[in-house]
Amino acid sequence: MEDYVIRFFIGGFAVSAFAVLGDLFRPKSFAGLFGAAPSIALATLAMAFWQEGADYAALEGRSMIIGALALCIYSLAVCWLLKRHQLSALLATSAALAIWAAVALGGKWLLLG
Amino acid sequence: MTVKIKLSALRQTSWHEYLIRFALGGLATAVAGAIAAWFGPEAGGLFLAFPAIFCASATLIEKHERKRKEKAGLRGTRRGRDAAALDAAGAALASVGLCAFAAVIWLLARDSAWLALIVASAAWCTVSVLLWSERRWIWALCHWRGSARSGRPRTQA
Repeated sequence: MEDYVIRFFIGGFAVSAFAVLGDLFRPKSFAGLFGAAPSIALATLAMAFWQEGADYAALEGRSMIIGALALCIYSLAVCWLLKRHQLSALLATSAALAIWAAVALGGKWLLLG
Repeated sequence: MTVKIKLSALRQTSWHEYLIRFALGGLATAVAGAIAAWFGPEAGGLFLAFPAIFCASATLIEKHERKRKEKAGLRGTRRGRDAAALDAAGAALASVGLCAFAAVIWLLARDSAWLALIVASAAWCTVSVLLWSERRWIWALCHWRGSARSGRPRTQA
């Protein structure tokens, strides 16, 4: 339980730090880069190296490539839903989560088994 | 287009909005750890690129931009949506940088933990900024391919 509390605070801090950077920068397309910053990854991988070792972190890194590709498709889908279908940001970002899950889990199943 | 820092933008975000982002980020990190513990590092790794606070961030951007326009006496619904779409386009570019981050971790993790984390962060930053600086060419290429497929004449990007 203590481990999850530590993860919560480290992750919350990392995500907030990148979000503040995103708030600070202009233009908006540049600020958007921080929406796909490795915030959760840095917090989790640092703990994985510390607790589980290098092999475990390397395996997480390998499947993270598929997760990041899914995030790319997710972001493009959100952009398309907002511009073409005039959905609200809340609806577009929530609906596109199904795309992230399908690409990430499908990609893992296809490439890693 | 030059990159600027706008400190006044920090005042637009209220303390409870910061708290929501902290809580969502912390929750996503704890859940990613739990998934890795239950289903193994391969499943857990996927969730290191989960769009945890994307929903909250995009909604905030839309709300702030809409309010700014409404303060000026204009309807800001469309402007808010456009701002959120631009943010998503930036995230799409940076997620390619995130692929580079993950690939560096995969390749260098066994050499040195610190080296892997530092080089991976540098790779994310370099790839993301490089793609952003060349975004006009990327959008133009996408537009040209789209126009070629649909048979429409190419317009200036």
